[in-house]
Amino acid sequence: MSAPATRANRPLLDVRNLHVEFPTRRGRLVAVDDVSFHIDAGEVLGVVGESGAGKSLTGAAIIGLLEPPGRIAGGEVLLDGKRIDNLPAEQLRRIRGRQIGAVFQDPLTSLDPLFTVGQQLTETITTHLDLSESEARNRAIELLREVGIPGAERRIDHYPHQFSGGMRQRVVIALALCAQPRLIIADEPTTALDVSIQAQIITLLKRLCRDHGAAVMLVTHDMGVIAETADRVAVMYAGRIAEIGPVADVIQRPRHPYTVGLMGSIPKLDRAVPRLVQIEGSMPRLNAIPTGCAFNPRCPKVFERCRIERPELFPVGGSAAACWLHATTLAEAARG
Amino acid sequence: MIAYIVQRFLQSVLVMAAVGFVAFSLFAYVGDPITIMLGQDYNETERARLAAQLGLDRPFYVQFFKFAVNAMQGDFGISYRLARPVSAVIRERLPATLELSLVAAILALAVGLPMGVYTGLRRDSWLSRVFLTVSLIGVSLPTFLIGILLILVFAVILGWLPSFGRGQTVMLGWWSTGFLTASGLKALILPSITLCLFQLTLILRLVRSEMLEVLRTDYIKFARARGLRDRAVHFRHALRNTLVPVITIAGLQLGAIIAFAIITETVFQWPGMGLLFIQSVSATDIPVMAAYLCLISFVFVVINFIVDLLYYVVDPRLRIDRGAVGGHG
Amino acid sequence: MAEATEFSARQGVATPPPGVLKRAFDSDVFYSFRHSPITMLAAAITLLGFIGAIFAPWLATQNPFDLRTLNLMDASLPPAWIEGGEAKYLFGTDNQGRDVFSTILYGSRVSLLVGVGSVLLALVLGVGLGLLSGYVGGTIDAFIMRVADVQLSFPAILIALLIDGITRAILPREAHDAAAVYVLILSIGASGWVQYARTVRGSTMVEKNKEYVQAARVIGLHPVAIMLRHVLPNVMGPVLVIATIHLAVAIITEATLSFLGVGVPPTQPSLGTLIRIGNNFLFSGEWWITVFPGAALVIMVLAVNLLGDWLRDALNPKLR
Repeated sequence: MSAPATRANRPLLDVRNLHVEFPTRRGRLVAVDDVSFHIDAGEVLGVVGESGAGKSLTGAAIIGLLEPPGRIAGGEVLLDGKRIDNLPAEQLRRIRGRQIGAVFQDPLTSLDPLFTVGQQLTETITTHLDLSESEARNRAIELLREVGIPGAERRIDHYPHQFSGGMRQRVVIALALCAQPRLIIADEPTTALDVSIQAQIITLLKRLCRDHGAAVMLVTHDMGVIAETADRVAVMYAGRIAEIGPVADVIQRPRHPYTVGLMGSIPKLDRAVPRLVQIEGSMPRLNAIPTGCAFNPRCPKVFERCRIERPELFPVGGSAAACWLHATTLAEAARG
Repeated sequence: MIAYIVQRFLQSVLVMAAVGFVAFSLFAYVGDPITIMLGQDYNETERARLAAQLGLDRPFYVQFFKFAVNAMQGDFGISYRLARPVSAVIRERLPATLELSLVAAILALAVGLPMGVYTGLRRDSWLSRVFLTVSLIGVSLPTFLIGILLILVFAVILGWLPSFGRGQTVMLGWWSTGFLTASGLKALILPSITLCLFQLTLILRLVRSEMLEVLRTDYIKFARARGLRDRAVHFRHALRNTLVPVITIAGLQLGAIIAFAIITETVFQWPGMGLLFIQSVSATDIPVMAAYLCLISFVFVVINFIVDLLYYVVDPRLRIDRGAVGGHG
Repeated sequence: MAEATEFSARQGVATPPPGVLKRAFDSDVFYSFRHSPITMLAAAITLLGFIGAIFAPWLATQNPFDLRTLNLMDASLPPAWIEGGEAKYLFGTDNQGRDVFSTILYGSRVSLLVGVGSVLLALVLGVGLGLLSGYVGGTIDAFIMRVADVQLSFPAILIALLIDGITRAILPREAHDAAAVYVLILSIGASGWVQYARTVRGSTMVEKNKEYVQAARVIGLHPVAIMLRHVLPNVMGPVLVIATIHLAVAIITEATLSFLGVGVPPTQPSLGTLIRIGNNFLFSGEWWITVFPGAALVIMVLAVNLLGDWLRDALNPKLR
């Protein structure tokens, strides 16, 4: 654990040393490897990384929806200081939707095609809140209006296929918010949408969560979305957190060579960059993660220790990076 | 809505016309009806007279038209084997087959569907394994063998149930029913179990695999993420979506029951259309074969039509389709 | 540089390139085979069934259809382990003194011949039409699929019965008896092509738009060559699964037709014919004449079905 453990006020979500693994016949594949982070109430944490870096699995593990044979192999997930990773299925279900809402990647497939959006909203509302059928319906109309669906009174009785992709994602957001959860896990909420609509949806998500006082864990591979939306960002690589810290710090002063490469690959308008930087090679497969730092085969600044010993998160400036380059201060302090 | 129904209806008519054509071709070109009716000894005048009487000297399309008109009125000519009008013979046999098929279809659905849902939801429980093993054996047991084994156990060894026939029947107009007498109902038990078993296992396996497929979809995951109760996720969302494809195939399977009745009726000497058909095939009784073919196709077309309408009720994407997204698999 | 580092990263876990046999042995399919005792048993039974059928003349204790070897004195003997049975007639004898064990061996010969024959016919027909339909598309595709739709709505057994009835009407009786096996193969094969065609068509439509097929087309390969060399290998997995399950269905269909009396003639009986013959003696208590051929049929079909189920799961791991 890094510095936040000593915070006075308790974080809303606290993930400690989370491990997610998939048993296969050729041994266990570790998809999320010793991941720790926290989210404060009302905060937006961006989680960024290439596909396969374990970001989505981290989200699924938190709400207890890992698909078998995937399972939590170690660590703790605390909501409001109470462990939820070891709860019985029924109690975890009560938390989903009520305490933690979710928005999935593809709005086209997230809604049940055989039920009207109104039916899906009211069933979610009455499952979690003690409201009558008609009260729930009114609340549903209100929510649809809030997410910006015109003609909500009429549209509530329409089926998902009668909405466009962007409108459907608005419905999905309404569904995630409808029982007033305090945390929303949004897994690539704009990836499947047209570029022109992405910004609208992100703005909407951010505004609604602020209005409702919900924190957000925003999983994405789009650094631009993070820069606009998040308060803090966690960069994941090969199932581990490479760097975590306030968005401004990470973007302007990336500490981990992987983050440096990641930032270098983004075109910037305000600065004339002669050419974009490309990270050589590709992320290792789960069955071939090298010993030591997972990034070492691609790292331009690799040295002996990186190949042998795995670095933990070392605090650097406002953020923390899992890189031996930044070990000096802490390591000396720890040994001293 | 109306356009959809009209389109489906036209398709049905087209299929019926195609089958009618096959039946007619059988009628007109397979075997030589005159040889079959007169035997080997006849002279040319007799032959010409009979040909004229049967309309065989007319051009092809006239014959087909006449056949179609007659067929629509239920007239398929005279059975070579029984020397009686085919329509009368079929009317006698129809109730037996329909009653047997109806009971078997209800059994197959009422048992197969819940078993399929259960094995889909509780895929690793021991009961699911038992169901699946039984279903595999069910698929591997030929229908006639099931019949023979049931007869061996319940009729020959235990002597509880009759091994053949319909028992006592009651006439309701021209319809003879076995539902109203104790012996009629007892006689139904073994044949209907025999007939339903294969379809039951098919429905079980179909429902199970569709259920597993649906449970993997995003909207089911999202329904769980919304914190819905398992009951709502399974029986409201998963089951409803499972039923959409199941309806089509189950519909066809239920239609197939009437055709599969051929086997069951042979084993149990059940006086229905299937037994009649087998006897006709052995005796090359073309008019009866043609009539049976048309009748079975008619049943299939009607079932298909009903299935399409049901689809329409179950799947809103068909009901209010704006053209952009739509269709069904 | 990048290649070098990537190579070194992989070196730690890579194994030396294994031989083809070793690779097959190590494959996922074979792994699941070795770890499923039921599948191995099913494979053994299937193999045994085929061996028994092929080598029937050498394995049987008598040729049950050579009248000289029959002895009416030995008619209707029960199985060897029952009072009155004789050791040389393991499963007893029928009413004409034929050894039931030997008739089963000879019967499964006919059953398997028809089964394999009709599967091959349906496979060639279905794969061919499916490739054509998927690759050419347009009117031909629409026509083939429409025919498939219509045929699919009729049970195979009905179509087989119909084809059999027609050939019966066309051919004289003796010729029909002589050709019975081929008529059966034709009718069962022709009624089973639809599934192959649908599957192959679907895969072909996916494959044909992939870049490697496009590339093959650009360099001027003949369409038939493209289909055979590039598309076909990619659809063989599902086709193999269908063929295995179809074999079970074909054996059942043949037995059913023969049981109904429209299959092979009694002079050349299949398992279905044997059951039909034995069925007449069920009420007089001579159950073994029916039960043993029936059991042989069920065990064989069950084994093939188990293989088919396993193969489907093994080739499609997400279904498990």
